[in-house]
Amino acid sequence: MGSLRSRWVPVAMLSPSILAVAIFVYAFIGWSARVSLSEWQGLNPDYTWAGLQNFIELFGDRRFQIDMRNTLVFTSFFVVGAVVIGLGLAILLDRHIRGEGIFRSLFLFPLAISLIVTGVAWRWMMNPAAGDRVTGLNLVLGAIGITPLEWHTSDPPWGMAFVALPAVWQMSGFTMALFLGGLRAIPEELKEAARVDGATELQIYRRVIIPLLRPVLLSALIILGHLSLKVFDLIVALSGKDIRLDVPAIYMWTTTFDANNYAQGAAIGIVLLVSVAVLVVPYLFWSLRREAEL
Amino acid sequence: MFKRVVLAASALALTLAACTQAGGNKVEVFSWWTAGGEADGLAAMIEIFNDQYPDYEFENAAVAGGAGTNARAVLATRLSQNDPPSSWQGHAGQELIGTYVAAEKIQPLDDLYASEGWLEVMPEGLIDLISQDGHIWSVPVNIHRANVMWYVPETLTAAGVDVPTTWDEFLAAAATLEAAGITPLAMGEQWTSMHLFETVMIGSLGADGWEALWDGSGDWASSDVTDALDTFAAVLGYTNDDASTLAWDKAADLVVSGDAAFTIMGDWAEGYFKSLELEPETGFAWAPAPGTDGIFDFLSDSFVLPVDAKNAEGATAWLKVAGSKAGQDAFNPIKGSIPARSDADRSLYDVYLQSAMDDWAADRVTGSLTHGVVANDAWKAKVDTALGLFLSDLDVAALQTALVDACASDGACA
Repeated sequence: MGSLRSRWVPVAMLSPSILAVAIFVYAFIGWSARVSLSEWQGLNPDYTWAGLQNFIELFGDRRFQIDMRNTLVFTSFFVVGAVVIGLGLAILLDRHIRGEGIFRSLFLFPLAISLIVTGVAWRWMMNPAAGDRVTGLNLVLGAIGITPLEWHTSDPPWGMAFVALPAVWQMSGFTMALFLGGLRAIPEELKEAARVDGATELQIYRRVIIPLLRPVLLSALIILGHLSLKVFDLIVALSGKDIRLDVPAIYMWTTTFDANNYAQGAAIGIVLLVSVAVLVVPYLFWSLRREAEL
Repeated sequence: MFKRVVLAASALALTLAACTQAGGNKVEVFSWWTAGGEADGLAAMIEIFNDQYPDYEFENAAVAGGAGTNARAVLATRLSQNDPPSSWQGHAGQELIGTYVAAEKIQPLDDLYASEGWLEVMPEGLIDLISQDGHIWSVPVNIHRANVMWYVPETLTAAGVDVPTTWDEFLAAAATLEAAGITPLAMGEQWTSMHLFETVMIGSLGADGWEALWDGSGDWASSDVTDALDTFAAVLGYTNDDASTLAWDKAADLVVSGDAAFTIMGDWAEGYFKSLELEPETGFAWAPAPGTDGIFDFLSDSFVLPVDAKNAEGATAWLKVAGSKAGQDAFNPIKGSIPARSDADRSLYDVYLQSAMDDWAADRVTGSLTHGVVANDAWKAKVDTALGLFLSDLDVAALQTALVDACASDGACA
């Protein structure tokens, strides 16, 4: 009786959760996939089989090609920026400077802000107005004698690189925390041993510390990468529905709700899901295997 | 976990509550009028409804969000659950027809128009543009004009420029203004460029040429369209660099501050200028957008009667109020728009609105693209994409090809 009970209690406790995930995650994914293979346009559901027609149209669509290029530009600048700045801050903080706690909190604070707020604030800071109406960061640039920038309204695809700026500002504190955790986990003996062998500080970082941070780096890449593939709110707050800064998530919204094209909208959703899965699933397998090895 | 169960249960309870509420004597009216003059105007109209139909209980189901972006998503969800409100707001014309008539969600209102005598008091051009297959589908409450060019007289006098009446005159004036360091035309984010596009097209092609493009009788590939698009490209060259970062009212601010000479925006801008305590005709002034004198490019908010309405009598009572002289004269002076009826009480309206009422009665009425009159949503979305791409490359040939394709794939050319 007792053993039966101990076996069933966890299952009973977990089952609502499992059920909810099964319905609200996996069933809905399945339903979206079905809609993406249908001819559903307008308010009334239409499940007529369309095969891969929606996907073929999508990949031939100029706007979607721009979206994919934009995502690529945004992801490269965002991920590289957040990793480099995060690692730099972590290394500096790891020197046990005075007031470390204050700096750590300061760098982490942006993470607590909603991306919408970030977008609205940076929309002002990156205001491209010229002449007498210069505001925001261009005022600072002007004061030190640099020509004002057009920021996110620069010609494609460079405008998208500037959109990565607020995202880097927001997320580099998070990567700093990841790397700081990784740095603190490296035993002091390893560094001591390297010093005894005559290595310079730079060599210690290049040959010992950074290679040992590889698992942390991988986690950071996965987290930042999937965030940037799904980016939506930051861009909507920063630029409305300006097509030059369009990304698949915004196109999905306008296709579904502005144009009532549910089938095409679902197809964009599925493409997004697959691209995130391509990034995340190998990582999950890798980390599961590592856990099994430990 | 417990939280999740509670959430699910309360969501279920809410849905049930919403279902039971819809029956009986309740008249649930769905709109996106939640703030400012719109909300106050709606309240004034509700008061009239309550006086005339004390047996019904009015329920205001407004959902916040500019131009109904959020409200439409909520409404689509409710319709998919077969839980329609008694009546809802929609932009009169193809936006409403293409979405709700095509999905067989609303009923024709021909009998109501006949019994209330609305055909006699509403302009024929309006009735044509809100009809499909010989039936009228909604009751327009208000009329806004889209083709209005706003300016501050002082700025023009200082620069020695007259108000242009054609696009050629505009381009000449723009060159002068630019030389004087004034941005000729203030524009805002992407949708305001569609607004500009439609006024340039109407100004270049005329109302007949414009409507022909949308009813399938015109040719998007014609050289007239190419010329109009060339003009549009030239006009875009005289807009502010930071257009994509400004909402329409921030673009209007540039005109107020004298940084820009003109802005082309619907006549809701009048309410904004007045809110800045500027005097009509001296602090700010208006003219029809170049080339559109004698043409009234309209948009309208209207109400519908759903198929299988739960309280059809109550909903019809609301539509009667919305289409009546009393209802429209209560709503419009507060909202800052003019009534769709031609027999309204002029003394209730301010100087701009009176001039708009004169034009509404006398002008050739045509429909707005940006605000849902001439194109269904799918078509408009394709045009929006084409214009967005055009803003970044200014490639007229590519834009024209995209417009031809849009008409063939989602529009009247199919």
